[in-house]
Order: sequence, then structure tokens, then C-alpha cells
Amino acid sequence: MRENMIEVKELIKKYGDVTAVDKISFQVKKGEIFGLIGPNGAGKTTTLRVLSTLLKISEGEVLIDGCDLDKESAEIRKKISYLPEDAGAYKNLTGREYLRFIAEFFDGKVLASKMVKKGVDIADLDKKIDDKIDTYSKGMKRRLLVGRTFMINPKLAILDEPTSGLDVINAREIRQLIKEYAGAGTTILLSSHNMLEVDFLCERISLIDDGKIVESGSPKGLKNKYDAENIEEVFTKVVR
Amino acid sequence: MRSKGLLNITRKEIKELLTPSTIVPVLVIALFFASMGNIMGGFQEEVEEKPVIGIVNEDSGEHSKTVMSVLEEKSEMVYNGTDRELGSKYVEEKGGTALLIIPENFSNKIDDGETGYIMVRWFMKGMGVMDTVSSGVVEGLIEEINREVSATLIERETHLPSSHLQRPILKEESTIIQERELEDISPSILGGLMSSQSIMIPIITMMLIMMAGGTIISSMGMEKEDKTLETLLTLPIKRSSIVVGKLVGAAVVGLIMALIYMLGFGFYMQTLEVSDMHLADYGLALSLSDYILVGISLFTALLAGLALSLLLGTFAKNYKSAQTLLFPVTALALIPMFVFMFTDIGNLPTVLQGVMYAIPFSHPIIAMRGLMFDNYTIVFGGILYSTIFSIVMIALVTKIFDSDKLVTGSMSKKGGLIDKLSR
Ligand SMILES: Nc1ncnc2c1ncn2[C@@H]1O[C@H](COP(=O)(O)OP(=O)(O)OP(=O)(O)O)[C@@H](O)[C@H]1O
Ligand SMILES: [Mg+2]
Repeated sequence: MRENMIEVKELIKKYGDVTAVDKISFQVKKGEIFGLIGPNGAGKTTTLRVLSTLLKISEGEVLIDGCDLDKESAEIRKKISYLPEDAGAYKNLTGREYLRFIAEFFDGKVLASKMVKKGVDIADLDKKIDDKIDTYSKGMKRRLLVGRTFMINPKLAILDEPTSGLDVINAREIRQLIKEYAGAGTTILLSSHNMLEVDFLCERISLIDDGKIVESGSPKGLKNKYDAENIEEVFTKVVR
Repeated sequence: MRSKGLLNITRKEIKELLTPSTIVPVLVIALFFASMGNIMGGFQEEVEEKPVIGIVNEDSGEHSKTVMSVLEEKSEMVYNGTDRELGSKYVEEKGGTALLIIPENFSNKIDDGETGYIMVRWFMKGMGVMDTVSSGVVEGLIEEINREVSATLIERETHLPSSHLQRPILKEESTIIQERELEDISPSILGGLMSSQSIMIPIITMMLIMMAGGTIISSMGMEKEDKTLETLLTLPIKRSSIVVGKLVGAAVVGLIMALIYMLGFGFYMQTLEVSDMHLADYGLALSLSDYILVGISLFTALLAGLALSLLLGTFAKNYKSAQTLLFPVTALALIPMFVFMFTDIGNLPTVLQGVMYAIPFSHPIIAMRGLMFDNYTIVFGGILYSTIFSIVMIALVTKIFDSDKLVTGSMSKKGGLIDKLSR
């Protein structure tokens, strides 16, 4: 049996009086691709932000690679790489400069250069990598950020809607990348609206609605259980 | 149809522009100017009011009687006697402008064709523009005395030289400021000599705080607008390092800008330096170590301003709201500049003194003036205060960086005042 990279136990996250995440529990195994699926406002982003040390836990417990999220956030930040939904990069830098800026938080000069090289390869922006980020299209910016996410060889990559707003080709390429890196040992936790994407990528998924996990399992298992053609159908059946 | 569209868009624009964040700054500035008007009105009264003086008349001749009659009519005499020291004490206690001494044989000398000297001991309260106003009024009175005595002499048809007839009286003056007596100089000339210092430091301080503060607040606004902050906060770097990094970056930029300003201003001042008198002649010039102290004072004030700006910047939602949030910093930088251009801290009412001491940006100005008179306590006190102020602000900012606020953007769910202002 594989060890768990993520263990979430009865996690609650409140914004003031609003309970955005309501006592959810799930585990993600090392090397697994795990998807959080749910409608708008379900609490996906909130969950991912908590796991990436941006928001404090209201109640419950989270372990990431054995570290307690509440007490060892500094340790956890060394292991993870977070790709926020509609994230940006510093406009006045070039793509390469941005990658270098990030890489230097992780390692010495020599290793940082290696990281940057890897990031440049992943982003695959050709000459544009030395242009100002200001001039990038949405898709190019996303590729750069995906490069940034994976270049540091994180133990855990947390991706919030990694392909939203991208054209078919770009989305496909990014999915391919995610699969590749999971194969190379990175654990991946992602959120998505795109049921096809989830079906293609994830080994296991959790359906989240109104802050609660309403169903979990492998895409195949869930399709069988609900006698559904695809995850979209599963989703409608569960939520209804 | 067309006018309907116009109305619609106009209404939307007005609604968008008339928010608390645009109105409050205007209100505060209006209030500030209204109260400035009051303060200035006070100075205006001072100009119109009779100047407070003391007089020691050691002469019994006719001309000293003319002097006395002019002064009795046009000034408020708080001392009229024969003891110079006692007279000085009285004038100083009453916040008066000058002690005038008419020496023995004043009238005889004038009648004999010699210049009659009135000895004037000026009491200068500060280095602001307003602190030389009342001495100007007294100088006017002495001119008037000159005209009257001159008229008396001309009426007598004596054979004295005409230059003497026109100007029978001169002043022999000294100025007492901060318990120091400076010979042969009047407050207005001294004020002119000091103006380079007393105006340059307030302006530079204000510019520096506004520029550097603006840089750091915008940088926070940009981080939020470009959605780079979330990534930054998940990187393996201490929150305090992010805070200090931002501060030091802005401080360096601020100091470079300050240097450029100082060079420019220095050249400007040089071209204005026409008189061949120098502060050094009166022991008021600053030594190199004094300038270093002013520099340190300026730096700690800058740090305090940056830390305050960063604190405000954490409330920014985007670049535009960051600009609005800069306003309190701008106001805090402008107030000491205006006030200290007019007067010194010692001449303000106690409450206002407290306010000025509480604003970190006052301290470089106070330090500069304090150092001219070797008042080191006030200088080190200011440096200490600004340092503590900065540390408290940095601690607060680090705390905010370590909480949910930076990402969720709101202090409370209903949205407090700062929330409304940063919209
Ligand atoms: N900063 C905030 N302050 C208050 N409530 C918030 C805040 N951010 C999110 N919420 C609320 O928390 C709930 C979950 O939001 P969240 O952003 O996690 O949803 P999501 O699943 O990511 O949705 P989407 O698919 O639209 O991105 C929503 O009800 C939302 O209104
Ligand atoms: Mg979301």
C-alpha cells in the first residue's frame, strides 16, 4: 500500500459566519492524481488554499507528507507548489526572469539554473520566454505558470482549475504534462469543472457540494455505481 | 434614445466616482485647510496687534521722549524701567518681541550730529516664517521714530549734514534664540539665513515619504491585482522576510530619490545664496556628525512611513485602491511640512505639540532645528520614537501577512471603514 501524501480529517473552514468547507475528510496517496469536483462556490478553492498554507484551519486536522499543517507550515511550503486559479506573474519581468525569481527561493544558484531550464522547457514558449510577461496571452501565461509549478520538483502540486480558460490544444498539453509529472513521482491534487478532464486524469475523485464531500471513488467505480455513461452524469445524479 | 444612454452612463460614472474613498480625502483636506485658516488668522492678528516690547530709557533728552511717545502709542509695553536684565526677563516671560534700550546721551549725540543708537535685544521664538513677523513690525516702528526725529531736526534748521538729518538713528542689535545671544543680527536676516535648512528639510521629508510610501503601497496593490501574492505566500520564505524585503527595497529607492532631490535643491539654494553671511559665523552651522544624525533621523522617519504604508497596502484590493490608501500617509507628511515652515514646535499649543511629536515625519525637521542649538535629547528621542513606531508597524504587518486577511481581503464580513475606503 502506498503511503498518504495528504490526510484531511474533518476539516472546517469558515469565513466569518460563512462555512465554506464543512467537515470534509479525504486522503491522497503518494504519486496519485486526485480531483476535487464541484459546482461554483462548492468550496474547492477554499480547500486548496487551506492545503497550500494560505488560509488557516478553522477546525480539523491536515497532514501533508507527515507534517501538521497547523504547526509546520514552513516545512510544508518546501514540499508543495501551488497554482492558484487565474494566477498572474510579475508583468515587468520576462518569463525567464520570473522563473529565476521563483527558483531562487528554493535552491542555490547552480540548482536554480537547472530549475529555470526545466521551467523554460515545460513552458515551451520559444523566443517569447525572453519577452515581458505583459505581452503574453492568457494561454502563454498559464504555460509559464505550469512551468513554474513543476520546475521545482514538488512532492505535491496543488492545481486550482489548471486548464480553465484555455483552448483545446493548450488544455490537452497541460493535461499531458500533469500525467507525466505524476508518473515521475509528484502527487497531484487538482480541482476542476471539466468532467472529461477529470475522467482522463484522476485516479480518484471527490465530489464536493456546498462545502461537503458527497461522493468519492475512482471515476470508473463511480460510473459503475451510478450506472452512468460519464462523470457528468454521476455528478448530476449525486447532487440531485 | 441618445440622451437616455448619456444619462445612464453619466449616472454610472458618478456612482463609481462618488465613493467614500474619493470623498473622505477631499473632506479631510478641506477640514485641514479650514483649520490652517484659523491658525493663519491667528498670525494675522499677531501682525495687526501691537507688538509686545520692553523699554529701558537711560536718556532724559527730548528725542527719547519722541521715541517713548511713538512706542507708547503703537506697542504694548510690558516693561518700562531702568534695569536691562529685569527688562529682558519681563519681555521673555511675556513672549514679547524685543527689549529696546535708549542709552545715556542719546538725545545729546543726535543734536551734536552723531548717530543715536537704539539698542535692540530681539527675542526670536523659532525658525519658521511666522516667527519673524512681529520683529518686522518693531523694525517698522523704529523707522517711524527715525522719521519723527528727523522731522524735528529739520524743523530746527540746524547746520547738520543732510545724511544725518535724514537718518539720525540706527539700531545696534542682537538676537536671542533658544537661550543663545547672537550679536549684530536681526530675526529677519537670521530667518533668511536659516531658510535653506528650515524649508529644505520639510520639503525633502515630505517628498521622500510620499514617493517611497506610494511605491510600497502600489506594490501591494499590484501583487493583489496581478494575483501574484498567493503564489508568493506559498513559497518557502518567512513572512517577515517578505515584509522586510519590501520595506528595504522601497527604502533604497526612496533614498536614491531623496539624494537626487537634495542635489537639485542644493544647487537651487546655491544660486539663491547672495549674502556673504553664513550660519557658521553665528555658531549655528551643522557639523558633519550633525548631518549624519539628521540623515539617521530622516531614515528612521522614512522607515516608519514605509511600514505604515505597507500596513495600509495590505488593505488594498488593486492598484487603484492602493492610491486611495496612500492618502493618510500623504496627509501625515504634508501637515508637519506646512506647520514647521511657519513656526517651531515650541510655539504650538500643547495638544498640537503632542500631535506633531506623534507624527514620525516631524522628527527630521525637529532634529535639524534642534541640532543648530545642540539639543541632542530631542534628536535622539525622535530617532528612538520613529524606530519604535516602525517596529510596531512591522510587527502588525507581519501579523496580517500571517493571517487569512491578505488572501480573503476583508477584515470583517460586513466590511469595516477601511474596507469601504479601499474599494
Ligand atoms: N474571501 C471570502 N470571504 C467570504 N466568503 C468567501 C470568500 N471566498 C469564498 N467565499 C465563499 O466560500 C464558498 C466557497 O468558495 P470557493 O471559492 O471555495 O468555491 P469554489 O468551489 O472554488 O468555486 P468556483 O468553482 O466558482 O471557483 C462560497 O460560498 C463563497 O461565497
Ligand atoms: Mg474556485
